[in-house]
Amino acid sequence: MKEKINQIISKYNSDRSRLMDILLDIHDEKGYVDKNDVNQLAKSLGISAAEVKETVSFYHFFSDKPRAKYNIYLNNSITACMRDRSSVKEAFEKACGTTFGHVTEDGMFGLYNTSCIGMNDQGPAAIINDIVFTNLTPYRVSKLIEGLKAGNELRSLIYESNGDGNNADPDMHAMVNNNIRKGSILLNKDYKKFDVIESELAKRSPEDVIQMIEDSDLRGRGGAGFPTGMKWRFGRRVEGDHRVIICNADEGEPGTFKDRVMLTEFPDLVFEGMVIAAFATGADIGLVYLRYEYKYMLKYLNRILSEMREKKFLGQNISGIKDFNFDIRIQLGAGAYVCGEESALIESLEGKRGEPRDKPPFPVEKGYLNYPTIVNNVETLASAVRIIKNGAAWYSQFGTKDSTGTKLLSISGDCKFPGIYEVDWGTSIREVIEMCGAEKVQAIQVGGPSGMLIGPRDFDNLSSSDLMKWYKPSGMMVAEKFFDRKLSYSDLPTGGSMIIFNMERDLLRDVVMNFMEFFIEESCGSCSTCRNLPYIMKMKLEKILNGHGVRKDIDDLLSWGKTIKASRCGLGQTAANPILSSIVNFRHIYEQHVQAMADYDNTFDIVKSVEAANKFVGRKTEFHSN
Amino acid sequence: MAKKVIATTSLAGCFGCHMSILDIDERILDLIELVEFNKSPIDDIKTFTKRVDIGIIEGGCCNSENVEVLKYFRDNCDILISLGECAIMGGLPALRNGIPIEECLQEAYLDGPTVKLNTKKILPNDAELPQLLDNVYPCHEVVKIDYFLPGCPPRADLIWDALVALITGSEMDLPYEVVKFD
Ligand SMILES: Cc1cc2nc3c(=O)[nH]c(=O)nc-3n(C[C@H](O)[C@H](O)[C@H](O)COP(=O)(O)O)c2cc1C
Ligand code: SF4
Repeated sequence: MKEKINQIISKYNSDRSRLMDILLDIHDEKGYVDKNDVNQLAKSLGISAAEVKETVSFYHFFSDKPRAKYNIYLNNSITACMRDRSSVKEAFEKACGTTFGHVTEDGMFGLYNTSCIGMNDQGPAAIINDIVFTNLTPYRVSKLIEGLKAGNELRSLIYESNGDGNNADPDMHAMVNNNIRKGSILLNKDYKKFDVIESELAKRSPEDVIQMIEDSDLRGRGGAGFPTGMKWRFGRRVEGDHRVIICNADEGEPGTFKDRVMLTEFPDLVFEGMVIAAFATGADIGLVYLRYEYKYMLKYLNRILSEMREKKFLGQNISGIKDFNFDIRIQLGAGAYVCGEESALIESLEGKRGEPRDKPPFPVEKGYLNYPTIVNNVETLASAVRIIKNGAAWYSQFGTKDSTGTKLLSISGDCKFPGIYEVDWGTSIREVIEMCGAEKVQAIQVGGPSGMLIGPRDFDNLSSSDLMKWYKPSGMMVAEKFFDRKLSYSDLPTGGSMIIFNMERDLLRDVVMNFMEFFIEESCGSCSTCRNLPYIMKMKLEKILNGHGVRKDIDDLLSWGKTIKASRCGLGQTAANPILSSIVNFRHIYEQHVQAMADYDNTFDIVKSVEAANKFVGRKTEFHSN
Repeated sequence: MAKKVIATTSLAGCFGCHMSILDIDERILDLIELVEFNKSPIDDIKTFTKRVDIGIIEGGCCNSENVEVLKYFRDNCDILISLGECAIMGGLPALRNGIPIEECLQEAYLDGPTVKLNTKKILPNDAELPQLLDNVYPCHEVVKIDYFLPGCPPRADLIWDALVALITGSEMDLPYEVVKFD
């Protein structure tokens, strides 16, 4: 094994910044990284063992203990729970003969919980040895495990045929479905692939390209809603030996799966967008940060990149443009929601723990390996292609004045047609509800757990700018400190996740609790606020749900929600949102649970709390009332 | 203005917070102008002799006596302040919270390297002794607490400012340096 690991290390030129790849390869080889491996890695890479260990321990899909032959990661997103995840979980436990968090004695099966894997429209879903199994039921689980026990090959146990569209591509061969319900200008195959690289770029200067993007008013689709043209212009201006374009395909916000569908059906559009961004900004390094959960796409995506290289759409003097050199590498993550935050993503790309950096400096100034770096979301980059091809004026006919273009929505939960909808900005929530066939809607989660929970009275009077406000803020939120002040208004978050809950759902007990658990699990732990408050707030909510709440508890939650804003990145800043927005919009549910008369209640029980010690020392529990 | 009445106590604390109260130095003379002390280690009054305006609690609750004293304070004070880390969070004593109480006792009285002299393996179970709680509890988990003054110990100036604000009814000045996190 030592030799094998040495081979892996030399494959990556003993480059410390490729530690993620090295660890991923070792996991492919033996399933985990033990103490000896850590020491060997530290020695060969010239870093401390602690640096290797802290990286291994950070990511969900890395392990320092032996794992099983079949590692089953069952996602625990809210929509999976709404579709009877608990029975599926039980079925796995029964069939495998162990409980979640454990490996069977024979080392055959390991059962693990995992956060949303981007399959909210077809859950409960699990990842087993990198292969995705969707729409799980207890029956399917028992058949699957039976099949594995009988020695069948895992891939052969995918139930139905392949999924729709390119999911059936031989290099992907996935049972995942796209569920595209409504397309417009992005989800539209009516264009010539790589046409902009081939025939538009040579005609234009980088300055022109940036101007067009600015004129289109395109804003980042990954969370912060930052003006894309401005980001590119800034990136072009900063001096650097290299410049970097990063496509953020981490897509970790529960309920979001639009980037998965874009990358499945329109990878060419996304990569073309990266080439355009590189042309505009003078970048020569391109990186796609693909979440580990989408590893099943890796081979397919790499094939598209090779095809692009063959056609000279990547590499040296792209499309005959002198000195336009740019290539793209795909970096797999290893399971960590916070790595979607751009500076955490860059840390991860450099082979470290995915802990967000302090800002400033922003990635555009000092990003990947300290080079000026532009991070854009999958959807943003794809939109850029359409803008350069058809013009800014054409693009701004779609949407509204202050939010141009279209938005991909990932819709899941209680509706007839979950899936991807491309809508114009300015579409009302009510239209969305009608579109996806939702009935008796109690609430909609807009923008994932870090967004807002809204109730029916808000459905009609939503403008797109309201929507923008409700999407999650992210690392870019603090941009106003740094960039020109008047432009900071546009630093409004976008997202795309919409989870629908009908009247039968218990919003607090099921939904809000699930979201809080997500944040507790995914906090990177740097900030005391984000590390502690979500946990404490969840305990408080539990107290309220258990009938021990008083009015003051609701006020406490609101005031702690302010404190948590002191966190470094968007994760912590929005981690209280499930509770805050449900108090704001569904206060009556909280009021029903708290005691009307009491002003203080605790669960402290002195008799119970002295029992253990008294028993140990051999003493009777006695209290005299005086 | 009638003098406000103050009471203080140290539960599972180290008296560091009380030392910090004394650290207001000569301002203690000003304080005496504003307040009178009732039950407190400072004047050694053991039981409340009148209704108290402000009760100051140092330390959390690690045994039944702490709980009793704390409740006694709650019953006799209009306002209760948790002073310092131990009162607010359990502090150092709460380090034992991750360890089952049985293991703590085992180590402290039977196995520990410093208990060789306990040849008869005696465990503290006299009825006169307070009974140990399973965890060390912060005060607000046992009774309602009105204000929290963080610090280990809280700075004398913070204590002074807070008391003056409470007594005079003015707003407390909390500059960024006082509430920042890292
Ligand atoms: C906790 C957290 C998670 C994020 N996850 C993602 C993500 O999965 N995909 C994404 O594109 N942006 C994500 N972002 C936003 C990025 O930091 C960044 O703003 C974005 O990638 C910039 O691209 P855009 O301008 O094209 O939107 C996240 C932000 C935070 C704070
Ligand atoms: S807010 Fe949370 S996730 Fe973000 S840096 Fe701080 S601890 Fe990490």
